[in-house]
Amino acid sequence: MATTAPVHAHAAPQGFIRRYVFSLDHKVIGLQYYFLALIAVFVGMFLSLLMRAHLIWPMAILPLIGEIKPETYLQLVTMHGTIMVFFVLTTAPQSGFGNYFLPIQIGAPDMAFPVLNMLSFWTTFVAFVVMLAAFFVTGGAPLHGWTGYAPLSALTNSGPGEQLGADLWVTSIAIFCVASLMGALNFITTTLDMRAKGMTMFRMPLTVWAWFITAILGLLAFGVLLSAGILLLLDRNLGTSFYVPLVVVNGQVMGHKGGSPLLWQHLFWFFGHPEVYIAILPSMGVASQLLSTFARKPIFGYRAMVYAIMAIGFLGFMVWGHHMFMSGMSPYSAFAFSIMTMAIGVPSAIKTFNWLGTLLHARIRFHTPMLFAIGFVSLFVSGGLSGPFLAQPVLDIPLHDTAYVPGHFHLIMGVASIFGIFGATYYWFPKMFGRMMNEPLGKIHFVITLIGTYCIFMPMHYLGMAGQPRRYSQLTEVAYLHHLIPLNTFMTYAAFITVAAQLIFVINLFWSMFKGPKASDNPWEATTLEWTTATPPPHDNFGGHTPIVNHGPYEYSVPGAARDYIMQTDPAAVPSH
Amino acid sequence: MGLALLLIIWLITFFSTYFFAAKTWWLPHGVSTAAPWIDHQFALTYVLMGVVFVAAQGALGWLVWKYRDRPGAAPVRYSHGNTTLEMLWTTLTAVLFIGLNLMGSHVWASERFEPAHAGSVPVEVTGMQFAWYFRYPGADGKYGRTDPKLMDPSAGNEAAVGLDPSDAASKDDVVTGTMYLPVNREVDLTLRAVDVIHSFFVPSFRFKQDAVPGLAIHMHFTPTEIGEYEIACAELCGLGHYKMHGMVHVVSQEDFDKWLAAREAEKQ
Repeated sequence: MATTAPVHAHAAPQGFIRRYVFSLDHKVIGLQYYFLALIAVFVGMFLSLLMRAHLIWPMAILPLIGEIKPETYLQLVTMHGTIMVFFVLTTAPQSGFGNYFLPIQIGAPDMAFPVLNMLSFWTTFVAFVVMLAAFFVTGGAPLHGWTGYAPLSALTNSGPGEQLGADLWVTSIAIFCVASLMGALNFITTTLDMRAKGMTMFRMPLTVWAWFITAILGLLAFGVLLSAGILLLLDRNLGTSFYVPLVVVNGQVMGHKGGSPLLWQHLFWFFGHPEVYIAILPSMGVASQLLSTFARKPIFGYRAMVYAIMAIGFLGFMVWGHHMFMSGMSPYSAFAFSIMTMAIGVPSAIKTFNWLGTLLHARIRFHTPMLFAIGFVSLFVSGGLSGPFLAQPVLDIPLHDTAYVPGHFHLIMGVASIFGIFGATYYWFPKMFGRMMNEPLGKIHFVITLIGTYCIFMPMHYLGMAGQPRRYSQLTEVAYLHHLIPLNTFMTYAAFITVAAQLIFVINLFWSMFKGPKASDNPWEATTLEWTTATPPPHDNFGGHTPIVNHGPYEYSVPGAARDYIMQTDPAAVPSH
Repeated sequence: MGLALLLIIWLITFFSTYFFAAKTWWLPHGVSTAAPWIDHQFALTYVLMGVVFVAAQGALGWLVWKYRDRPGAAPVRYSHGNTTLEMLWTTLTAVLFIGLNLMGSHVWASERFEPAHAGSVPVEVTGMQFAWYFRYPGADGKYGRTDPKLMDPSAGNEAAVGLDPSDAASKDDVVTGTMYLPVNREVDLTLRAVDVIHSFFVPSFRFKQDAVPGLAIHMHFTPTEIGEYEIACAELCGLGHYKMHGMVHVVSQEDFDKWLAAREAEKQ
């Protein structure tokens, strides 16, 4: 071997197909993930509007859709949850922005395994198509909820949609797991192996830390879900009894024997709880990056932030049982899971304190990305503080499986995470497309979305305290729920307004892509490596050279410096700290 | 924009807190011995979290307004953080969260770790798509045998749970679709499900427990007020989940005895 070219090097592709469809370029793949998530989020939102409409007008005949029956409602519940969790919250912040910016932020020309990267995107795409196909088969989509509790999900006669639709649902999730495993390996290897000279681990931006830890969580969690899904497919199609004991459905004795419904819950939540952090950690990273940039101040407690991400990731694997306090699991183990869950509140609180500390004595610039970062902090606090209620087994008795739970996780893992995605979009759009997004439209979008999401999800806590169970398609059958219908009506109106406001975002996105004012290489006067290269970045990210890193990521307002920011590649000295 | 953000965040905080504090929508009136304990722990957690919520949102709103970039604003104070402060708030949150957790634990333990006392009323709850059935073992105090092959949901009651009439212990078993309980007596509950998971949720009792196929789950609680209370299924069980509804009648001991005798007579 006379010369050894770096394994990742590949020439810039020429044809349309290799450039935009089966591309090996991490930037194109990142955008592919992003636009897949954008389609998925509109599908998911549309489903949620149908649910909200049905809850308050159960008898309405909707144009084009027709009547929503109770089973249709549950199919919407299932598909809304599944699509949002997998194809939006896992796909956009991690696979989308992570793919695009992780290599650039560490000074690498691409991901470690470009072919694997392409494969993981197209595998995700196949998973999405299989998931959507469930709507169109006989019986429709499954009604067992995104958590797919067995035996409901493991029997083919437990309800409409539990036939082929449920098989497609499990298959799609299994395919998604394979894609996520490939992606996770790539992220981990890239972070460990491909950092530029001078980019020590503790000089990595907090976004990179978040993507890195998230990838480790994905590697450990998706494998478990994959196995759980395969066992479920076997129970459904080959008559095995992993999750199903002897059961009698509508008078018919089924052939299963000896299985454990709790086994599914343990496996599912062993994945499911880390999944919450897979959804939120990247947005935490983005919030840190944005708060520091627009506050013009170093992030408060960089190392504490890194350790907090690690602690959250580590503890995230030990708390799955808090989803199962009412499941019939041993009541003794509830204490262990409860203590671990409360413990996870500590690193979460550290992060919040540090975000607030970053704003202290700052000079905050209110560009749209910063607004979403501030919104993120507010939502993270609101969604986080309902956690210590649910984490106490004794308070989980009245609250478990009521609307309180969706209220909690929508604020924190849904909306807060999506605020991270919005913040990241407004922040990196100039780098990705070479143009600026419209600021006034961005601000209007922010204000309506922040107020709107609070109006939808804060009342869910009240409903939960009053005892409204989750996943009820109608509130007419249980007398004590009648007085909650007016509040539900308010939430439905809020949902319609909030969803309508998202059109402002989409218009801004596509209009700015073609008509926005040209962006400079560093429009936000930020410090990390993506802002040192051209806009949009060339195929190999840095145009033939590799950056050399001299400092940590957030050197803003350094006393005595010529400008109020010192880029990571800048040789200028910064005070030791 | 700084002022707008301050107003928006503070108003959101105000309205969110107002509806909690005013108890506009709140836990229903509790009527079991565990309810006051659970409600006390709920209120304590609510006050502590409420203080943190208002403080954090209040600080966020104030900081973004106070430190907005404007002509003549004070220069940024260059700082990478403060280790003492980090240690302080880490310790404080750890003490707060773990302490809260320990305080509520005895209620959990008392209903679950110990069996029901002697002299409690045995009731077996069976969940199936989409109904609840309640079985009383009768004078012999023993539940008779049930057989999955005999289950006939369309016939209801004894036949629905598959009670085997050939077993002597099942002769005096009574199965009903409405639950009757004597007031101020402990209930020794056995929970079962025949098809999928259901969850027996009585908000007024502060009681919830999944009924799981293949498991017989034992719990106990004591209702404390005469009245009629609703049961709602709290675990997604299929298309009729929203109407898997039942009633508990908490009555005096005499009325309970009379009701049970009447049901026994009806069955013979």
